Amino acid sequence: MTWLCDFWRSSIGGKVTMAVTGLLLFGFVVAHLLGNLKLLAGPDSINAYAKMLHDLGPLLWVARIGLLVIFVLHVVTAIRLSSANKAARPVRYSKEATMQATLASRSMVLSGLTVLVFLIYHLLHFTLGVTNPEHFQKKAAGAQGFDVYAMVTASFANPAIALTYVAAQVVLFFHLSHGMQSLAHTLGLHHARYTPMIKKLSFLLALLIAGGNAFLALSVLTGIVKGAA
Amino acid sequence: MKLTLHIWRQQKRSTKDNFAQDGKMVRYELDHVSPDMSFLEMLDVLNEQLTRKGEEPVVFDHDCREGICGSCSLMINGEAHGPQSGTTTCQLHMRSFQDGAEIWIEPWRAAAFPVIKDLMVDRSAFDRIVQAGAFISVNTGAPQDANAIPVPKADADKAFDAATCIGCGACVAACKNASAMLFVGAKVSHFVHLPQGRVERETRARKLVAQMDAEGFGNCTNQYECEAACPKDIPVRVIAEMNREFVRAKAVEEPPSKKRVGGDG
Amino acid sequence: MKLDSKIPDGAIHEKWSNRKFELKLVNPANKRKYKVLVVGSGLAGSSAAASLAELGYQVECFCFQDSPRRAHSIAAQGGINAAKNYRNDGDSVYRLFYDTVKGGDFRAREANVHRLAELSVNIIDQAVAQGVPFAREYSGLLDNRSFGGAQVSRTFYARGQTGQQLLLGAYSALSRQIGLKQVKMFPRTEMLDLVVVDGHAKGIVVRDLVTGEIRTHAGDAVVLATGGYGTVFYLSTNAMNCNVTATWRSHKRGAGFANPCYTQIHPTCIPVSGDHQSKLTLMSESLRNDGRIWVPTKKGDKRKAAEIPDNERDYYLERKYPSFGNLAPRDIASRAAMQVCDEGRGVGDTGLGVYLDFRDSIQRLGKDAIAAKYGNLFHMYAKITAEDPYSQPMRIFPAVHYTMGGLWVDYDLQSTIPGLFVCGEANFSDHGANRLGASALMQGLADGYFVIPYTIGGYLAGQKPGAVPQSHPEFGKATAAVQEMTKRLLGIQGKRSVDDFHKALGKIMWSKCGMARNEKGLQQAIADIQTLRAEFWRDVKVLGGDATVNQSLEKAGRVADFLEFGELTCRDALERRESCGGHFREEWQDAGEAKRDDENFCHVAVWEHKGEPRQAVRHQEPLAFENVHLAVRSYK
Repeated sequence: MTWLCDFWRSSIGGKVTMAVTGLLLFGFVVAHLLGNLKLLAGPDSINAYAKMLHDLGPLLWVARIGLLVIFVLHVVTAIRLSSANKAARPVRYSKEATMQATLASRSMVLSGLTVLVFLIYHLLHFTLGVTNPEHFQKKAAGAQGFDVYAMVTASFANPAIALTYVAAQVVLFFHLSHGMQSLAHTLGLHHARYTPMIKKLSFLLALLIAGGNAFLALSVLTGIVKGAA
Repeated sequence: MKLTLHIWRQQKRSTKDNFAQDGKMVRYELDHVSPDMSFLEMLDVLNEQLTRKGEEPVVFDHDCREGICGSCSLMINGEAHGPQSGTTTCQLHMRSFQDGAEIWIEPWRAAAFPVIKDLMVDRSAFDRIVQAGAFISVNTGAPQDANAIPVPKADADKAFDAATCIGCGACVAACKNASAMLFVGAKVSHFVHLPQGRVERETRARKLVAQMDAEGFGNCTNQYECEAACPKDIPVRVIAEMNREFVRAKAVEEPPSKKRVGGDG
Repeated sequence: MKLDSKIPDGAIHEKWSNRKFELKLVNPANKRKYKVLVVGSGLAGSSAAASLAELGYQVECFCFQDSPRRAHSIAAQGGINAAKNYRNDGDSVYRLFYDTVKGGDFRAREANVHRLAELSVNIIDQAVAQGVPFAREYSGLLDNRSFGGAQVSRTFYARGQTGQQLLLGAYSALSRQIGLKQVKMFPRTEMLDLVVVDGHAKGIVVRDLVTGEIRTHAGDAVVLATGGYGTVFYLSTNAMNCNVTATWRSHKRGAGFANPCYTQIHPTCIPVSGDHQSKLTLMSESLRNDGRIWVPTKKGDKRKAAEIPDNERDYYLERKYPSFGNLAPRDIASRAAMQVCDEGRGVGDTGLGVYLDFRDSIQRLGKDAIAAKYGNLFHMYAKITAEDPYSQPMRIFPAVHYTMGGLWVDYDLQSTIPGLFVCGEANFSDHGANRLGASALMQGLADGYFVIPYTIGGYLAGQKPGAVPQSHPEFGKATAAVQEMTKRLLGIQGKRSVDDFHKALGKIMWSKCGMARNEKGLQQAIADIQTLRAEFWRDVKVLGGDATVNQSLEKAGRVADFLEFGELTCRDALERRESCGGHFREEWQDAGEAKRDDENFCHVAVWEHKGEPRQAVRHQEPLAFENVHLAVRSYK
């Protein structure tokens, strides 16, 4: 255990922790999107999917706790590393310039924090039903209490909510587009041929994830996906 | 050429608690600068002018003035070693600037590089990292013939690309996080591509990273500013290689042995 | 002054083995009781400090740079010679020995040169074992190239950064010993005096360049590896802070100074562009492997290089020296360049330059092949001159580069002060009146890795460890003298800056004691330097205090020494009434070729300090050539 702690505490150990947790979180985001795409297939499909997840019972809790641990590790490590980074430069330059760092790479902390805030809102909204209890109640009101379709369509019909989600996806896109290529480099993947591919792939995947999520919200708002009857 | 310079002047040495000390940016006007002058020759002219006026000249590190010793530094308009890529400050020429330009000149800024005076910083952290293990543990004596172990040309070239580091510290200065990973990565990469260096690869990776962390450098966030600033064009691949080597070294590390050692003779 | 060169008995190839056997040894348990002070951390200093520490001695190492890795050995570009004969082209230890003695124009000590040639092969093995990434062929084996003054390919290289890679190798060995606490390193520390107790070197006085503190260090022996004195000319290829202070102040404490007039003018440097210039940049001699040197046949031809047809170009080195061509030794190539410029055929705005042209090689081998070999040099040239050497020829001109003279040492590298050893460029021993390319790295490392570890033991074995404590009154006296000088420099508060004096001295030296020298000019130079020195001590302006970083004060001390040393150099040049190697006296020549006077000057001139430079006394160490017979050098 001390071995693992020592590893985590080292600079590269911290970076690797960020990369591995980031990769796992990315996996979750992909699965999350694929599941939610069932929204397009209509109420039965997505509601059945929700029920299936719910019926996992204890396994669902294992997954949830696992996810939480990964997420907390990602955030805590990020805080540790970025505060160390701040301390490493006690006096700032009076004239600053950037040579080749991308905007996405320079705003990882900011985009990460924004995603964190959004995530809390997202959980309060859909999982705990705190922010808009009226939407959450629609879910409970459905057959066997799994009318996710009704909950989602009711929410995104509200332009403020839909646009908040879309904005969050823009930030997520920034975070992922750098995060993906960054984690490859941190995990030691660098090759004259593959690195440029990884960079492009990273951009593309981030675009697909964020675009897919945003599309779901927008499709409800624009009426492509109709609200529950 | 006519120039307006803003130069960091700091009399007292940086301490942990008071890094900036009495330091501040001071404005100087300079005329009759030739475009053929190097940046440091331009500062020589300024220092001559200051000396004549009875003001203390600006302190800055410099020595070979041909881009290889790594003594010179300077953050010029926010860019380490100035605007020209692959060039140290001593080889940067004033023709890279417009007549009438305003130039901000600052020391490398990093907690691990305390300012000694004006633009001179203490880079001994780099030496301590090397002392921790950036070497092959071979005594002077009679090693085997130089051609006894062939080294594929591609490997030798890769080792060279990393070994070309001049230890100037521009990577740290340019990094948004004041990280030294390009420097340390270069050391790891240099040795790991040579068969002679692979014998100690695990201990080297562990020790170098531990020392780098102890010096208080920041952490790489893969923005690659270091690569753009490096006057010797060290590629960021060396950082990926270091990451790999470190993880590998940690993975194979055995717990400390409880067996007593020595006394066999 | 007694000059016992201690050349061992036996045939030339047995001398070093014999000497190693004769030398007394220090037993391993006793080694740790001895402390050796190593001043300088270049190739010679780093390798000496590391090797001595590996043997078990306590070592303290000093350098004025902020890190030992920055010593000026780092700037050597082209390569390092070794008689490996990997090319199967007829090389051997004896041939390297022969080439070096001949290249040095018969003014080096044969025994030393042979040892150097023997050790050259070990250096390459050692460096490869340390991880020095020498250039390799596709077979994975080491590559070689040719250098001036040799007809075999024996130069090992690491692109155009061989000095850097070898120094980093030595620095890594040194760093390892620092990490093991076997060496205590003192960077940003400048040696300002030598402490001599009962005739033996037992310590040094240093200034901490950060705090300004003047301190002493005691040791059982002192090794100087402080490099050459080329910056006495102000403009040179040396680093800005290279200086003669450590060797000069040791000279003033009794160490003989040998052949100061032997300075090497390197033929291929980037020409001076203006008065502001602080430093000259070398273009490696290796470029002469593929570049052809020429000037227009006509005087004052102002056409662009590309517009001058082949029949109006004078490839003067190929014409005059057909067998060596563009690879003629440095002194000869430099003088030939000066001659064509004197004839008014020089190129560039100043007329002080010749072309180094790659057109033919690019046509023959392709641009890529040339870029692979010399890319970093071409890049450097383009940065400095804003001209593209791929499309137009480089302009080059000779510049001060290396100094063959230095503190006199015997075969054991010990100076005339027992316990004071001198390694690398700081000593005089191996290159005679002209050094061949790629031999400086070889000598620095041979001295540090393979000579001093043996010979210093021979001295220490006869010494009681730690016999002289730092409390000895000589340490106090030397410290007081250094403090007094600092106070004096800061107290003058005149009108002229230190650089101003340094530039003035450089002009005198270059014009009267540079590439060509004559009696009248040298006498004038001596008088001018004396005047300038008096002026310096009356009118120099050094600002700031002594208890902080004060670069003007550092420079002032160095220039004060140069102002004395420069005079001695001119005296040495004046007294050597012959031409040999880098020392060219206009009175002694054969249509531009140096004319030696072996009857009267086949000796080392060793100067003994007697107060003022003009009072210095000249001694002689006769040179015997038993293997390579005295002959007129011919590269035709």
